[in-house]
Amino acid sequence: MSDLFCGVDAGAAATKVVLVDPSGGVVGSSVRRSGVDFTSTARRNLEDALAQAGAARDAIRRTVSTGYGRTNVDFADETMTEIACHATAVHHAFPRPVTVVDIGGQDSKVIRIDADGRRVNFKMNRKCAAGTGAFLEEIGLRLDVELTELDRLAHEASDPVSLGSFCTVFTKTEVLGLIRQGRRIEDIAHGVYDSVAKRILEMDPLTGEVVMTGGVVEHNPMVATLLSSRIGRQVHVLERAQLAGAHGAALRAIGGGAKEKTDA
Amino acid sequence: MNDERKPKIKRIASTKSMGLLMRDYFVELAEAAEDPGRKVAWCTSVGPAELLRSFGFDVYFPENHGAMLGSARMAADLIPRANALGYSPDICSYLTSDVGAFLAGVSPMTKVDERIKGVPGPDVLVFNTNQCRDVQDWFLWYGRHFDVPVIGVHSYAGIGDVRDLHVKSIAGQMEALVPELERISGTKFDIDRLREVVGLSRRCSELWKEVLDTASARPAPLTFFDGTILMGPAVVLRGDSRANEFYETLIAELRQRIDEGEGAVEDEAYRIYWEGMPIWGRLRANATLFLENRACVVASTYCNSWIFQDLDPEDPFMSMARAYTKLFIVRNDEFKERYIDEMLDVFSVDGILFHDAKTCPNNSNSRYGMPERYVEDKGVPTLVINGDLNDMRLVSDEQMVTNVEAFIEQLAERKDA
Repeated sequence: MSDLFCGVDAGAAATKVVLVDPSGGVVGSSVRRSGVDFTSTARRNLEDALAQAGAARDAIRRTVSTGYGRTNVDFADETMTEIACHATAVHHAFPRPVTVVDIGGQDSKVIRIDADGRRVNFKMNRKCAAGTGAFLEEIGLRLDVELTELDRLAHEASDPVSLGSFCTVFTKTEVLGLIRQGRRIEDIAHGVYDSVAKRILEMDPLTGEVVMTGGVVEHNPMVATLLSSRIGRQVHVLERAQLAGAHGAALRAIGGGAKEKTDA
Repeated sequence: MNDERKPKIKRIASTKSMGLLMRDYFVELAEAAEDPGRKVAWCTSVGPAELLRSFGFDVYFPENHGAMLGSARMAADLIPRANALGYSPDICSYLTSDVGAFLAGVSPMTKVDERIKGVPGPDVLVFNTNQCRDVQDWFLWYGRHFDVPVIGVHSYAGIGDVRDLHVKSIAGQMEALVPELERISGTKFDIDRLREVVGLSRRCSELWKEVLDTASARPAPLTFFDGTILMGPAVVLRGDSRANEFYETLIAELRQRIDEGEGAVEDEAYRIYWEGMPIWGRLRANATLFLENRACVVASTYCNSWIFQDLDPEDPFMSMARAYTKLFIVRNDEFKERYIDEMLDVFSVDGILFHDAKTCPNNSNSRYGMPERYVEDKGVPTLVINGDLNDMRLVSDEQMVTNVEAFIEQLAERKDA
């Protein structure tokens, strides 16, 4: 096995590990819920990814960690923000100026990158869960459906609702009112995804070509469909969108430029 | 990176003498409050302090107290007390934390010296609404509580050029305060004493500007976070010669740092402008965050707001009116952008951080598209962070770290290009 480079995205909801070869090709990956021990979750993911790649630990030349738990990854050599890593992963697949929309478990980001992959600007959501994965989890609980079901239900909407609240808690109250009115759950699910798309468009007008990343869009493609519909053009979804941060981190591990890791 | 290699905040030696000066000031206030022969005036931080000092009032600044409550991270426990009285969590968190502290009978000033038992009771409260309406409402609450007069100046908002009509109106309002201040102080107004105080205040402004201007050196000898502490005397003791003596000492120390090439941030690589209020409960954390990213916050609108270059002892009322109307916060966005442009140039700034303080709309200039204009029209990188001056429940530490680190990465990419 040739040299490998490792990226770890210790996110709020899920931890992802990606191993790449020197050309940036993915040879192994692993995803599991972050839980409460970021360090051991990352280690277990690494073992899984190595097994998938059929490689031993000593094949790894460099590791970059990213995400909220980036400083908890004890085997990382360097850290980098998820904003940099998502931009890198997207530029690898779309080597031109694009706007990246990353919806994660805890926050949403809009990142504009230029033709060389450099960031022109980025924006992060306010200190509020509306429009993030946590928002969808909360609404799923209120609707009493598994999160994996929500997307399928939204596709079966016939008379979608429109949700007007800004806040997760108020949206749950609004959803409660719609349930009491007898609105179909499919129509409510559609409204929930449309609400996520609206929150993104409040952050940025999304100029140019748009590429989505993150776990939310990988597991809930309806978000991309509705965002495309709202901006009037096709939004791309990065392949294995949930792995974007970890893949970007692994690509950074090849290229360098990350920040030396400090202790958590 | 192990702990030994982590950069440390370099303490400015003069801070110690400033601490003693501030202690003396707080003790004097406590003594004045107990002495029937002395009068205490409460004043907004950019209110007519010179006029009050000319009457011999001991002048107390509740905003300074608000900042102390924020720095001491006491505010989150106190704000709800004011909320319960109908003062919304969305209004100024200086106001709500200060009123909450009063209701709880606590003050960080009592930790400065055992002779200080609490805030000094006022004989009069004097405001200038040049910052916001909240200061007036804040003072009115205390006016009702202590049953003392609340008087003040109603300023303009959002003006472009400062015209004679603005200045005459404000000067007239300041002069109109004189009879009431004579009555409360029992002292006849003395124009020569006012000229003297205005002269001292002007000198204090010049010295404070000189302090801040040292950060145009590369590396900068001080940061915005140092400035928020070192500005204390410029706020509460302007017009008092002791403030000027302190700043002369401080300038000498900072010049020495420049001569020796010693920066406040080790291996300074990035220079940031901070627009908006400090996050008082996170001063140290934020100072460390920038330090670890080799970034120096070299200049800020906030620290610059106590530079009053128009003060003129020859024409005290008109010059006070002009100085307190020319403030950044009183002006329109066109002026504000011109002003920031100049700062970017003088301090060789790489990017601007806008702090959108939830409870301080007047000091949050990110809300009408300014950061976007800087990016799109001027090619200046900007970052908007959501937070607050005192209410740390509105601050997300994780988001702050990610935002700042991502911003520094962005600046690094620009430099590499």
